[in-house]
Amino acid sequence: MAQDVGKQYEELLKKYVENEDETNLYAAQQVSRKFIEKKISPEEVISYHKTSVEEIFPDLSARIGPSYDFLIEVMIHYGLALMEHQSLIRKQEALQIEMDVAVKVQDMLLETSIPQVEGLDIGVVSKPAKKMSGDYVYFIEQGNREACVAVADVMGKGLPAALCMSMIKFGMDSLRSQATEPQHVLGVINQIVEKSMDDSMFISMYYGKYDGSTCTFTFGSAGHEPALLYRAAEDRFVELDAKGLLLGIRKEVGFEEKSVVLEKGDFIVMLTDGVTEGRNSDGFIDEEVILDMLRQVKEQPAQQIVDYLYTELFKMQNYMLHDDFTLVLFKKE
Amino acid sequence: MNLQVDVQEKDCVHVFRIVGEIDAFTAPTLKERLDQVADQPQCQAVLDFSEVDYMDSTGLGVFVAFYKRVKAVDGSVKIVGLNKRLKRLFEITGLDDIVEIEMESRDVNGTV
Repeated sequence: MAQDVGKQYEELLKKYVENEDETNLYAAQQVSRKFIEKKISPEEVISYHKTSVEEIFPDLSARIGPSYDFLIEVMIHYGLALMEHQSLIRKQEALQIEMDVAVKVQDMLLETSIPQVEGLDIGVVSKPAKKMSGDYVYFIEQGNREACVAVADVMGKGLPAALCMSMIKFGMDSLRSQATEPQHVLGVINQIVEKSMDDSMFISMYYGKYDGSTCTFTFGSAGHEPALLYRAAEDRFVELDAKGLLLGIRKEVGFEEKSVVLEKGDFIVMLTDGVTEGRNSDGFIDEEVILDMLRQVKEQPAQQIVDYLYTELFKMQNYMLHDDFTLVLFKKE
Repeated sequence: MNLQVDVQEKDCVHVFRIVGEIDAFTAPTLKERLDQVADQPQCQAVLDFSEVDYMDSTGLGVFVAFYKRVKAVDGSVKIVGLNKRLKRLFEITGLDDIVEIEMESRDVNGTV
């Protein structure tokens, strides 16, 4: 069959070199379709061309024959490179589709709204470094007197990362009416994610609960960056750390739980490593720089404080985020 | 930024000397080297971080995956030579409670 097409090609070429008639060109186009149907590769076409030329111009073939061998060799590698390129493009398209789905999941399914608790002012800023964020913030409000928050950093990308976030959200939602103590919440979420996650994935998560009736902030951490507490009366910062392993590594993990009472003007800053590990041309941005910035705007409302910090740190990093950036601020009014 | 990983085996202990920064770009190199030993029965590994200045969460992911696989084959992982920044990272993440960490990087070959 392939030989037939080869013969057909030779006849058409012969006619065309004799009279340069356009109808033969049109017929050649039809033959090229047959080449595709019969899965004849570009280098095989050149091989037909070579054989045809040898038939039509027997005197010339000795001179130009090797040039076709040369071209055939080039086309073989060109074909391989092209196939590889096309397969990469297909892979990229598939990844893009997954990423779009994950972004949609993140935008719609994982939406959260800031709780309204008396005496507590809440500010939040969360910016992805790329299209899809690995940082996740989720709030739960209990009737104007209690606000719970999870600030998490999910290692991994795309749909698996978005699904991990949904585990945090559904874990917290299902516990809201029973037990909202940090130790318990972190333990339950750890059980959920440990069962369902890939080996190289993990989540760091800070969880805090503010009780408006006692002005108490209770917190726990699963391998997450400690929060910062600003004590207005003493004008100093205290690290709110609590011992606990990253989520998704071990089944049985104990989480330390601590609490502090907030006084007027005190605020707590919960963050991800995109804030503390910001880099400029001279290296890492020093923690002192961040604390000084916070001091400068400490009198302002919570949202303005976090917005200011984001803008300044973004500027310091030459308007480029290296990592997802998340800040949540609880301020006692 | 390049990452260099040298592996030496002595008395059935694999000692990985890691040089450079471990981030999203270089982590695959580390993963590839660790993968070569991770599933060996009762794998014993020492990771020498004395010449690592920085490791981001991708690097931590590679480490965590390695730790889990080694634990699954009843092996052990030990870490030596962490600088202040990396030590803090292991403390914050709680990994210092489940992985043996030795602060001195000298004489890594004879200590397991």
